[in-house]
Amino acid sequence: MEAKLQTTGLNLRYGQFHALKDVNIAVPPRSITAIIGPSGCGKSTLLRCFNRMNDLIESVRIDGQIKLDDVDIYSRDMNLNQLRRRVGMVFQRPNPFPLSVFDNVAYGRRVHGMKDSSGIGQAVRNALEATRLWDDLKDRLSMPALELTPEQQQRLCISRLVAVEPEVLLMDEPCSALDPIATGHIEELMAGLAENYTIVIVTHNMQQAARVSKQTAFMLLGDLVEFGPTNRIFTSPADKRTEDYVTGRYG
Amino acid sequence: MKRDKLIGILLMIVAFSAMLGLGLIAVFIFLEGLPIIGKVGVWDFVFSAQWYPAEGKFGILSMIVGSLFVTAGAILIGLVFGLGCAIVLTQFCPRKLVSVIKPSIELLAGIPSVVYGFMGVLILVPVIRDYLGGPGLSVLASSIVLGIMVLPTVTSISVDALQAVPRSFYEGSIAIGATRWQTTWMVMLKGARSGIVAAFILGMGRAVGETMAVIMVAGNTISMPGSILDPVRTLTSNIALEMSYSAGDHRKALFATGVVLFIIIMILNTIALWVSRKRVWKGPRR
Repeated sequence: MEAKLQTTGLNLRYGQFHALKDVNIAVPPRSITAIIGPSGCGKSTLLRCFNRMNDLIESVRIDGQIKLDDVDIYSRDMNLNQLRRRVGMVFQRPNPFPLSVFDNVAYGRRVHGMKDSSGIGQAVRNALEATRLWDDLKDRLSMPALELTPEQQQRLCISRLVAVEPEVLLMDEPCSALDPIATGHIEELMAGLAENYTIVIVTHNMQQAARVSKQTAFMLLGDLVEFGPTNRIFTSPADKRTEDYVTGRYG
Repeated sequence: MKRDKLIGILLMIVAFSAMLGLGLIAVFIFLEGLPIIGKVGVWDFVFSAQWYPAEGKFGILSMIVGSLFVTAGAILIGLVFGLGCAIVLTQFCPRKLVSVIKPSIELLAGIPSVVYGFMGVLILVPVIRDYLGGPGLSVLASSIVLGIMVLPTVTSISVDALQAVPRSFYEGSIAIGATRWQTTWMVMLKGARSGIVAAFILGMGRAVGETMAVIMVAGNTISMPGSILDPVRTLTSNIALEMSYSAGDHRKALFATGVVLFIIIMILNTIALWVSRKRVWKGPRR
């Protein structure tokens, strides 16, 4: 089975700081992969490599290869804006735009000039149905998105991505700003989405990783220490460092 | 401590005397100006273009129109150059460059208005006269000079408004594949809207109140301007030009012009305050 996302010899530096050290990872398609590890280990940095969001940082230097479907994402064959349409990102704090609910969901389609035979309204509806927001919001599509509850805002951000028909969803601690009940709802949502999308989730919450993901990567201080089926990582990890982390010897 | 209390009281007195001073000025202007408005009639004062002090006719319409045209022109220039500059600075320039350029623009605000007027008379007016027609001293010249004078205010406040937009909007838009221009037009400007509107209204207030530079390039004839190449007289110029030799009702009428100006600027500032407060996030609906 070909990897959806792959890195080979990935090294990333912020100025002098060596944030990612020779990371080699192959993320399989249509399932949920979790990346866990203590603060500062490079999880979010790795995640942001996949949609080239680290390019926004001036001092960053990247060596090695990152591939989407076997195409180098830094090559001329890969259009940056298309890459970011295909590889969407959900952030730690929900970030709906200062626009109406409708305009938020329609945003991506408008930006990419995606035409609809049945009108943009249908695309927005489909996206909101995918995140179970349609019933709640169908009569309030013109309300400011910033007035939604945090859980609704995060769902809206996911809708926004779904609307542009991505292939990969990168989630950077998507539930850390949400209460446990909301978190449960979002995890349910992710399970449903995994049937159609490749999902990579960075999480501080080991239990969450164990709940939702099929494979887990453990990172420590910029190294990808271990990567394998979630079950194995949590019950019989190969590396002692992994074992120490998942048994809570350090956080 | 007793000394704390004393200093507190002292500061209160100082603050109140400042406010008192302002209040007294306002009261004085209204006391001098309102009776003449009453005498001439509000309608005749504001809507008549007949300003003949010698015959007791005090209609300030041509001056109101003059101020309006000139300010509108200045705002247009402010919009294109000021907002444009702010957008380029915040969305497309590295932060280090911004921290050098922004203070330089703000320095421009320190140039005395008479210098702007001087440059206007020396350079702008002949160019307009030679290449566009008319006497050169015109609505166009005044708008350009005022537009440039208002630029530092508009740019500076717009830059602040744009920089205050949460970076999360920017990141979210870029992450979905939008270009920087798309992000600017579709998200960042919306997020900064209230600050930018406030910048414009404050700029407008400055433009409406500017006197020296305008007197030097406007022509100052009391007539309704038919085109941007016609000379014009603004409300402020009227007061400055005629105050020294006015007497009696004429002088009171000039105070009344001041009343109208006062009201206009108060309205503009109130709108600016209201608009910049409007965008308070009301919190999530439960």
